[in-house]
Amino acid sequence: MSYSKPTFQHPDSKKNNVGYYKSDYEGVISTLCAGCGHDSISGAIVQACYEISLEPHRLAKLSGIGCSSKTPTYFLSNSHGFNSVHGRMPSIATGANMANKDLIYLGVSGDGDTASIGMGQFVHAIRRNVNMVYIVMNNGCYGLTKGQDSATADFGSISKAGGENPYQAIDLVGLALELNATFVGRSFSGDKSQLVPMIKAAMSHPGFALLDVISPCVTFNNNKGSTKSYSHVRAHIEATSIFDFVPEEEEIKVDYGEGKDAEVELFDGSKIHLSKLAPEWNPTDRFSAVKRLQSAKSEGKILTGLMYINPESEDLHKKMNTSDEPLNAIDEHVLCPGSQKLAEINASFR
Amino acid sequence: MSKEVLINDLVIRFSNVNGTGSASANDMFAKSIFRMGIPVTPKNIFPSNIQGLPTWYEVRINGKGYLGRREGIDILLAVNPQVLRRDVDSVRPGGYFIYDNSKQLHREFIRDDINYIGIPMIELAMANYDVPRLQQLFKNIIYVGAIATLINVDVEVIKQVISEQFEKKKKLIPANFQALELGINYVKEHLDYPLPIRVEHMDENKDKILIDGNTATALGAIYAGATIMAWYPITPSTSIAKAFETYCKKLRVDDETGKNNYAFLQAEDELAAIGMVIGATWNGARAFTSTSGPGVSLMNEFIGLSYFAEIPVVLINVQRGGPSTGMPTRTQQADILSSAYASHGDTKHVLLFPSTPAECFEHTVQAFDLADRLQTLVMVISDLDLGMNSHLSPPMNWDDDRKYDLGKVLSAEDLDSLKTQFGRYNDVDGDAIPYRTIPGTHPTKGSFFTRGTSHDEFAKYTELGEVYVRNVDRLAEKWETAKDLIPAPEFYQNEDESTVGLLFFGTTTYAALEAMDLIEAEGINIDSMRVTSFPFHAAAVEFIENHEKIVVVEQNRDAQFRSLLLNELNVNPNKLISVVNYDGMPITADLIARTIKDKLLIVKSASLP
Repeated sequence: MSYSKPTFQHPDSKKNNVGYYKSDYEGVISTLCAGCGHDSISGAIVQACYEISLEPHRLAKLSGIGCSSKTPTYFLSNSHGFNSVHGRMPSIATGANMANKDLIYLGVSGDGDTASIGMGQFVHAIRRNVNMVYIVMNNGCYGLTKGQDSATADFGSISKAGGENPYQAIDLVGLALELNATFVGRSFSGDKSQLVPMIKAAMSHPGFALLDVISPCVTFNNNKGSTKSYSHVRAHIEATSIFDFVPEEEEIKVDYGEGKDAEVELFDGSKIHLSKLAPEWNPTDRFSAVKRLQSAKSEGKILTGLMYINPESEDLHKKMNTSDEPLNAIDEHVLCPGSQKLAEINASFR
Repeated sequence: MSKEVLINDLVIRFSNVNGTGSASANDMFAKSIFRMGIPVTPKNIFPSNIQGLPTWYEVRINGKGYLGRREGIDILLAVNPQVLRRDVDSVRPGGYFIYDNSKQLHREFIRDDINYIGIPMIELAMANYDVPRLQQLFKNIIYVGAIATLINVDVEVIKQVISEQFEKKKKLIPANFQALELGINYVKEHLDYPLPIRVEHMDENKDKILIDGNTATALGAIYAGATIMAWYPITPSTSIAKAFETYCKKLRVDDETGKNNYAFLQAEDELAAIGMVIGATWNGARAFTSTSGPGVSLMNEFIGLSYFAEIPVVLINVQRGGPSTGMPTRTQQADILSSAYASHGDTKHVLLFPSTPAECFEHTVQAFDLADRLQTLVMVISDLDLGMNSHLSPPMNWDDDRKYDLGKVLSAEDLDSLKTQFGRYNDVDGDAIPYRTIPGTHPTKGSFFTRGTSHDEFAKYTELGEVYVRNVDRLAEKWETAKDLIPAPEFYQNEDESTVGLLFFGTTTYAALEAMDLIEAEGINIDSMRVTSFPFHAAAVEFIENHEKIVVVEQNRDAQFRSLLLNELNVNPNKLISVVNYDGMPITADLIARTIKDKLLIVKSASLP
């Protein structure tokens, strides 16, 4: 990398609870197009990790292939990262998570990486409820190969070259709800006030947390007629709620107005405060989430915010009853049964 | 017809219908022979089917300890009317055809050069058991009793084996004894016994075990400290997963907490299986996958990532008949080239070739050490014959002083004491193996970005040609380092005595060693070498250089191992003579001996001593 960031620290910048400046959560300078939605999401990740006082080395960031999958170099340089192969990040994350249950796993993917080549691994990671945050930077097109439609491009959306998409879109949020994903949210790269708390909540969630983040491609899919352009998204966005994430140690009181509040307590004691914008929707009721999503869709709206959370989520380690000690830390004397046991095993084959 | 007495040298083939419970009866028969101290090698010739298709179980009994397949069936026990023609034809002249004479055998199945022995298996079963399923199951035990009596198997030994088999369902033991007696008594009352071809007690098996290679492989992984297995069901590797889970439940559950010191992941496909392994080993656990040729084909992209990003992977390839879906229930050694050079771009992988279950255990343990030490993918190349059939094997061995070689992994203390900046792909020691760090090790030091794209010494993306070349040249140097770490070949002579050398690996070993004796009996003496690994060990290269002709024995059509030798070594193609067998059945000593004699006739006049 020939570009480097200045190490200058703003005099007003503050250390967080674990002694890190916000700049400690940054990465190298982005090589994505100026104005790319993905860079805003990277910024939101930095902000979220700084605010929840996460030690950078307690997180591993993983990605597949594509513009979105390049972003893990643009945040959290002090974390280990893994840019794997196209569409296969979920399996890498699953294996990594199995090896060490104590780290936070942040997967970053795109709509091509998730909804096409990686669809199989995506749905199976949901099915297993792998404890990870899975961010899809969703722009409806293949950026690195110059703008082909992806499987999340809406039916009838117009591409930069003028073509109308004849195929139905895969709605990752709808799909995740159908598969009983335990945490499902959608956001917009241009809405940091919603995205940052949603990332924080997803990191606290013990299970698979999908964040489908609409992230316009300024170069190939920001034209008139595109349903993933900045202007279209801004004009059609509708949120489920005004959303706030409260870490375990903080106790704040916020008045959201009577009858519209909801509070969800997460496994680690932290809480999500919601000010609901639709009275019939309940974030812990999957059926109401599906209904709310469908009705927004039928009105041509892009529904954002937390859709569904299952407070009883049991992750893959729970399902597999693995030891409390991370599997990568168990001593070889414990793992190896020894020669005497082997003599007994040999005898059983005589 | 010859009535020459032949002791402890016979091949008996059971012809059954898949899904009728015959497998466990046949296993008990083979185990009884083993318990009598006689070397025995059973082979299950099964269809890709759950119920209804023909299945055979071939048992070779040989007092001299030959364990390969032998041509010529001495006794065929026919329990499957679907394939009578084929079964009758398969008996060697002078051999015995044992059939169910509850119904008369049609004249067309009568050969005048074999012996016929009728036993009313169905009649006996129907007369003694009411329920159809029991009639079917006990018919199997009835024929075991009959054949045992005919060839002089010790009844007390069979009873002991039956008792152990039903240890957890003790009430089934008397019923099985009763069925056994029905078979025994029928033979005693109606037939001449024992046959001239028969068995007698020996003491040849000593501390040996009778076990399939896949179970030994799974145990090897457990002993090597593998905590994560990710896999996708595929014949003939599935029983590795089954054995891993079975033994983990016995050996890897914490007594106090009841929690598992392992994770057993059935993936959605082979791509995900190896992806999970790569994620787990990248994160510092020992992990592995097992599959067969079609699975390796699917894993190719990830195999390249493992090679290029230098992430340890242990992959067990239990080969079956290819190409495509091929012969999923037959054996071959046909993934040699596709394993050695798996994935696009310049790639090479360390291969280990076990030939016995004990070696499946040992090679699997070694594969973990090699993968961690070399930070690369290591494949254990087994096959259906070795993996799924029981083999007479030396016991599995573990030395309690043995320590895992986890390779060059930096701890937080290591990172703190580093004088220079950590570079993930820096060749610090001159052996082309860099140091790695595990995620979560240190708050501020040692993090890096793993990628399958071209990278510099600090794991940073680069498109600079000279940096790329420096990196891939280091990987080539690492291949040289591997040559010092891999297991050496096995030789069967103290020093070279001939200008001809026989080269074999894996499951061709049994037949090759027997073939050596066969041709030696005819006055031809050649040297032999069993290759156990790729890259080729210096001692293997020397053996090839020191002989004028090398006979390469392998089980695929295209002589892939010979191609590998030609590709990797500076060897004249005319020097390498092939013996190949690829019909899906294990190669026989007869074929090897015959081919050596045919092909060496020219050589013999020219250059043999």
